[in-house]
Amino acid sequence: MTSKLDLIIKPAFSRAYIRIVMGNRVWAEVLTDSMLPVLSLAAYVYTYYFLGASSQYVGFVILGGAMLAFWSNVLWSVGSQLYWEKEDGNLETFFISPASKMSLLTGMAFGGVVNTALRVIVTIAVGVIVFGVHFDPSQIPEALSVFGLTVIDLYALGMVFSSLYLLYGREAWHISNLLTEPVSFISGLYYPIQFFPFWLQALASLIPMTLGLDILRRMFFNGSTILSESLEVGVLAIMAPVLILLAKFALDYMERFSKREGRLTLRWQ
Amino acid sequence: MRESVRTEDLTRTFRGEEGEIKALDGVSLSVMPGEIFGLLGPNGAGKTTLTKILCTLLLPTSGKAFVNGYDVVQETAKIKEVINLASGGETPGYGILTVRENLWFFSQLYGLSNEESKKRVSQLIDAVGLQEKAKERMNRLSSGMKQRLNIARSMINDPRILFLDEPTLGLDVVFAQEIRQYIEKLVKVDPEKTVLLTTHYMAEADEMCDRVAIIDKGKIIVVEAPARLKSLFSKDVNLLVEVSFIGSRADELLKLKGVKGLSVTHSPEKNTTTLKLVLEEESTISDVISAIKEMGVTMHMMNKAETTLETVFISLVGRGLE
Repeated sequence: MTSKLDLIIKPAFSRAYIRIVMGNRVWAEVLTDSMLPVLSLAAYVYTYYFLGASSQYVGFVILGGAMLAFWSNVLWSVGSQLYWEKEDGNLETFFISPASKMSLLTGMAFGGVVNTALRVIVTIAVGVIVFGVHFDPSQIPEALSVFGLTVIDLYALGMVFSSLYLLYGREAWHISNLLTEPVSFISGLYYPIQFFPFWLQALASLIPMTLGLDILRRMFFNGSTILSESLEVGVLAIMAPVLILLAKFALDYMERFSKREGRLTLRWQ
Repeated sequence: MRESVRTEDLTRTFRGEEGEIKALDGVSLSVMPGEIFGLLGPNGAGKTTLTKILCTLLLPTSGKAFVNGYDVVQETAKIKEVINLASGGETPGYGILTVRENLWFFSQLYGLSNEESKKRVSQLIDAVGLQEKAKERMNRLSSGMKQRLNIARSMINDPRILFLDEPTLGLDVVFAQEIRQYIEKLVKVDPEKTVLLTTHYMAEADEMCDRVAIIDKGKIIVVEAPARLKSLFSKDVNLLVEVSFIGSRADELLKLKGVKGLSVTHSPEKNTTTLKLVLEEESTISDVISAIKEMGVTMHMMNKAETTLETVFISLVGRGLE
């Protein structure tokens, strides 16, 4: 007998599992996905070396690179996931099934986190082993909590994007393109955003990645703690449920809109 | 007995570039458990729109529709538990995953336990003849094999009401026949089950369906058993004519008195046109021959044909499914 809980847990688990299997079946892809981004990161590191900047900047770059891996996954994979499900003919099968759509979306996001974690581990390992970045070990437990919170926020944002892409994205990758560079610029992936005017800092803080990175950097390189960063950590903590609720709202709206307009399963729209 | 499908004055309009398009216009029908019910109609007749409304993928503009007694607008969750859909030409699933993995994933959308899922997946792989391909990635399957997988997927939850939209599209003749027999057996073994079949293949509908609805321009023209339809139209004169390429001039034949309908199929390779005409009476044949001669085309062959579901369709709609 299938219970309501089965229709929440099993679709989420299976979709996450499928995503993890798909992401790791082709080893050549796994290697290029995890190794190649390190090269672009190295370019920033050597720029800072050349300029004689403080070693903190190298740490900034490594943390930024780690977070960028999640952000790229959110934009290019989770955000456009429902769009690609539609193009592959899967969306129709999701919508005629009794499975919770939110749990499917959560499964996709969770699978994305697991797959991207490998790239993040490689980035941090290269940072520590090759570039000699030092992370204060006593800060690691607190930093991991902030890191986890930021990743949850990012993927919840990705879940919101997912429905919006489907509704308004004629070709999803254009939206990803549109968001990639400006967000990389204002979120301070490779430098502290304190260089920016206040209004731009405030705008950038709406992106969880900016806030998360800012806290992490202060924790690792300035000796801050969760307590001393309680305001920003609090904002990150509030963002998670707000974004998840927003994702649910967007998903429900997208389903209603598509049923009304008849665009749910039309391709290349 | 509760109807499997019931619609009451169902209407659906779409906004097009040239204003509103009525895809469904006051459709009322009823399908009972144990039936294989066919929806026949030319492209754009409204068959897929009707199927999508019944599968809760689309909202009706007005009217009511019920599946297994549940309202398609208000009670979608209950409907989703008892239905499934397979559309020909669609290949849901993930290319990099194997046949078995794909079916397992779809079983999880219905909350099947691991044991149930394993059993069901193996059973379906056998049923659609994919035993040797079970461990093959989906993207390495031929289109016919993918269609088999699609059909297996649509049965993963053992649906009480199965919607099949051109299920044998792209399948080889032998396997298409096997699939038809499998579907017929499904309903025979469990009379609670219902299949709503949309097809272009008249012979398929004739062979499988207990009743068919002929739908054109969003309206149901007739709902009847194929045998009964053929008997009702048995007095029609059905003519099969092959001429040299005639182009759009063939439509002039429709203006002749006594011509009820015409289906035109061009064969570019042979540079010929095959005309299927349904006439009210024998005396019209001479008028048809004269008209063809006047068009200046060469007549290669002319035969009288038996009444089939296709000739009934031509007679009712005025044209074929082309």
